[in-house]
Amino acid sequence: MGILSMAGIAAALLPFLAFLAIVTFTKKYRNVSALVSISATGLSFLTACYILYSQITAPQQSSFNIPWMYIAGIEMNMGVLVNQLTSIMLFIVTFVSLLVQIYSTGYMHDDEGYSKFFAFLSLFTFSMLGIVISNNLLQIYVFWELVGLSSYLLIGFWYFKPEASDAAKKAFVVNRVGDFGFLLGILIVSFRAGTFDFMKVIDFAKSGAIDPNTLTVIALLLFCGAVGKSAQFPLHVWLPDAMEGPTPVSALIHAATMVAAGVFMVARLYGIFSLSPAAMNVIAYIGGFTAIFAASIALVQDDIKRILAYSTLSQLGYMILALGAGGFTAGMFHLTTHAFFKALLFLGAGSVIHSMGTNDIWRMGGLHKKMPITSITMLIATLAISGIWPFSGFWSKDEIFLALHNSGHTVLYYTAVVTAFMTSFYMFRLYIVTFMGKQGEHAGHAHESPLSMTVPLMILAVFSIFSGLVGMPGQPFNISNFIYFGEMEKPAGLNMTIAYISTAVALSGIALAFIIYFFKLVRAESLKKVSGPVYTLLKNKYYVDEIYLFFIRNVFFAITAVIKWFDRNIVDGLVNLTGWLVRQGGAQLRRTATGSVQTYALMIFGGMVVAMIAFAIYNPGLLTLFGGR
Amino acid sequence: MAPILGEILSRIPILTIIYLMPFAAVMALFFIPGTNQKAVKVTSLVFSVISLVLSILLFLAYDYNKGGFQFIEHHVWAASIGINYFMAVNGINVTLVLLTGIIITAGVLASWNVTYRPKEFFILLLILTTGVFGVFMTYNLFLFFLFYEIAVLPMYLLIGIWGTGPKEYSAMKLTLYLMAGSALIIAGILGLYFGSGLHTFDFDRLLTVTYDRTFQIIFFPILFVGFGILAAMWPFHTWSPDGHASAPTAVSMLHAGVLMKLGAYGCLVVAVWLLPDGAKFWFPTIAILTLVNIIYGSLGAVAQKDLKFIVAYSSVSHMGIVLLGIASANSIAFSGAVLQMFSHGIMTGLFFGLVGMTYGRTHTRIITQMHGLAKNMPALAAFFVLTALTSLGLPGTSGFVAEITVFIGAFRAFPVQAIIAVIGIIITAFYILRVVQMVFFGPPDPKFADLKDANPVEFTSLALLMFFILLVGFCPFFIMKVIHSSVLPIAIKLGGM
Repeated sequence: MGILSMAGIAAALLPFLAFLAIVTFTKKYRNVSALVSISATGLSFLTACYILYSQITAPQQSSFNIPWMYIAGIEMNMGVLVNQLTSIMLFIVTFVSLLVQIYSTGYMHDDEGYSKFFAFLSLFTFSMLGIVISNNLLQIYVFWELVGLSSYLLIGFWYFKPEASDAAKKAFVVNRVGDFGFLLGILIVSFRAGTFDFMKVIDFAKSGAIDPNTLTVIALLLFCGAVGKSAQFPLHVWLPDAMEGPTPVSALIHAATMVAAGVFMVARLYGIFSLSPAAMNVIAYIGGFTAIFAASIALVQDDIKRILAYSTLSQLGYMILALGAGGFTAGMFHLTTHAFFKALLFLGAGSVIHSMGTNDIWRMGGLHKKMPITSITMLIATLAISGIWPFSGFWSKDEIFLALHNSGHTVLYYTAVVTAFMTSFYMFRLYIVTFMGKQGEHAGHAHESPLSMTVPLMILAVFSIFSGLVGMPGQPFNISNFIYFGEMEKPAGLNMTIAYISTAVALSGIALAFIIYFFKLVRAESLKKVSGPVYTLLKNKYYVDEIYLFFIRNVFFAITAVIKWFDRNIVDGLVNLTGWLVRQGGAQLRRTATGSVQTYALMIFGGMVVAMIAFAIYNPGLLTLFGGR
Repeated sequence: MAPILGEILSRIPILTIIYLMPFAAVMALFFIPGTNQKAVKVTSLVFSVISLVLSILLFLAYDYNKGGFQFIEHHVWAASIGINYFMAVNGINVTLVLLTGIIITAGVLASWNVTYRPKEFFILLLILTTGVFGVFMTYNLFLFFLFYEIAVLPMYLLIGIWGTGPKEYSAMKLTLYLMAGSALIIAGILGLYFGSGLHTFDFDRLLTVTYDRTFQIIFFPILFVGFGILAAMWPFHTWSPDGHASAPTAVSMLHAGVLMKLGAYGCLVVAVWLLPDGAKFWFPTIAILTLVNIIYGSLGAVAQKDLKFIVAYSSVSHMGIVLLGIASANSIAFSGAVLQMFSHGIMTGLFFGLVGMTYGRTHTRIITQMHGLAKNMPALAAFFVLTALTSLGLPGTSGFVAEITVFIGAFRAFPVQAIIAVIGIIITAFYILRVVQMVFFGPPDPKFADLKDANPVEFTSLALLMFFILLVGFCPFFIMKVIHSSVLPIAIKLGGM
């Protein structure tokens, strides 16, 4: 086993050991639990740094397998595959995980389930790293489900809140729907290829042994998994509800890492997806649609976390869109920068919620003075997500625009541009309403959060500013020389036209937000009235939840009620009928047992007569027995 | 380790010792006054634990590289009619013997609070266990049927006397149903006996016979349905919800945990192995029926409100996966089916144990009448959540390993049916998480504020079961090797792998 494989396994296993240690030993000692969890993730992070460093200095591929199960010639392994893509994901996951855990020591300080919280976070980190280092389809599915479990446990962490337990269940079941397709895709492709191993499966697909139509079906089925996990339309409904979980969870799982797993999976199996142009188109359009669809909903939400949740949906749509349009590097680059600035946005929102005790942005306002660190770091993240030069989001978004432009998907290109406008508008709406202007009703007792919470914010702010620079042309290390598909791409040049357009669009979104919410030149209330039905539609999230609920209540439950009735009355009815018939038969027969000898004699006589008649008809010869001819 | 252990165990009649262990407990119980409840329970527990330990050793001692029947005890008994004392185990048997050992131990622990005539209760429970052990160890069809009846009959008394609700109706329904199954089985076995012309009930000799194809096509469904009734094959499943709803906790655990597996075991080993041509003829039809089991069972569970009914319908659905594995006729699907028997046995033992413990506290099994129990009963809630996750096939639990193996195997034989079967696991996730949420999550109910969490005995019972679920879920390598070594000959007999 190579040292890199060993490091990869170590990085994944450390948080698992922490989970076991907390559950079995340290559960009662809250500070010890937190310490165990943070040090394990810290070590994991250092290992990830080592792997990233060695990949940057000398890119290489290292793989290793441990037999897990064996049946009839099919190898089912738990393995590890370390290459550039792995190293960047390892870094992101362990880094954000570590910061979120440190942040949680402040945020969750007074919670009774403190130890449990760290145990679950460790379990999540383990599962997520399991996906990242995975080298085969079976393993990715195993860990795919395990991150689903961690997500379920953490969304429902405050299980006594009905909304939280509802949301947890919804997240799991909706993901299951996507995973259904994912599992089928895995079964079909591994059945064809005779192996689960990524590299072998991809080589098999490339060899042309699968006809194009089947390949498209396989690619789309595999993509179902990403639609569920990365919350793409139409399975996006679980993510906004998942905001019922504690905010550090939203930052780590439902913004920076787990929801990016779908994007990562598509990138990991790009060798299969890229073989089917039809599937790539579907992927691009679903991503593009989700991007603009979710951004439009974010325009009118009032809950700070929900706004960010729809923003996450929209940004994930960008990544999927980029991958579908052939922008492999662009999609992964945006995943990276997004992880930093979106984690920052959520942790900042958490800092605000922690101090205010409400999620409603209209009850905040003017918090900048009270919470300067939170406010400034949030502003940095807001600028980054809006794509303002030189913040990180500018560079990654620009690569996506460029990829779209080069791919010739004009409709999708304009969709992305309009989405960028909406993004900068709703993000600045959030920022202005929360931090600027007059102090809101609750702002009086607001206070800056403790260092355990603000330090992670500051670190993430640094990354939100500078992490995009790896995409800047003309410097020695460029992301497109590191994360690429197929042949190494030339560093994407900065197309100045596109850069100007995207900047202009972002700035106009910001300007509009200032006009409405800061200078109040146009009253928000009158806008609501003017837009009327459109506003209602957006406010109600296009009624997607209502449509689903309608089907569950009126179709699904109706079917189950019919089955219940059928089982009780028809299937079991037949059983009881059989029993009844036997009993009735017995009851009738019993009447013949009268106990009177005369009756019996009569019956014997009758029986003999019947027998003789029968013999006479069927076999007259036998009658001689009774003295006949 | 296996060779040394195997060497030691093969020098003693280990199989006889294991199945007589519960019987020895029955003998001991006769000498203990029924008023001394503690002594009754401790005695039952001690013998159960010994049988569990021996089952574990037997499992570890089985040499999967060699495969085939091992630890054979063969004594001529009634030679003229071919009845011999023939005990032997292969990888399927050792797995199911282990399952029986686990379930009876957990079941005895879960019955710790039985106060009404405990002596008689445990005697019947242990007689039943003797029968189950015997079925899983003998390869003489006469003895097989004998043990089978010993396993089935005590159920009537256990439900009729210690049950709840409409217990007489349920007990009668269940018994008559299983008797109908027995009638088919005895007809089938006699057919095999006379059809072979060898005048022997010894399984290994019957295996050498190639029955006439028409004979097989007629006799296969007789045996398969006879055993299938006990495995809750649709539409012969309705004894299950009523029976479980009325049965006391430990009886439900043993019944769903082990007895239903007797049915599936009989389907695979007796019907399929001996009548391969009949099997191949009927499998496409059976595969459709098993889909009904899977989908209909899970949809049925959605509509139910009573915890026991939900678990019973869920069992119908999960046993459908076992039967689908059997009908898929390749060694992968067979392995999955046997592992699913093991996994579902433990899982459903946990479910019924948990339902019994919950009911014992809240005195209701209606899910809409409970909420927020996790607050006061965190351990029970955690076990319930883990069991629910096993039920929906989450990786890390035995449920995933078993189901994915069945699906991979079934996909090779019946792709469309396999796809439909996978839909079943979405529905399972839907209803089982709904139960978890309704019963354990949400705001705590003041009415249940003074309920206590699991006591040490209950905790041990649940932890024992959960240990094996996680063990197999994390490290399926070994058990899969053991099972696969012994389903392979069946698959080869069917002309596949």
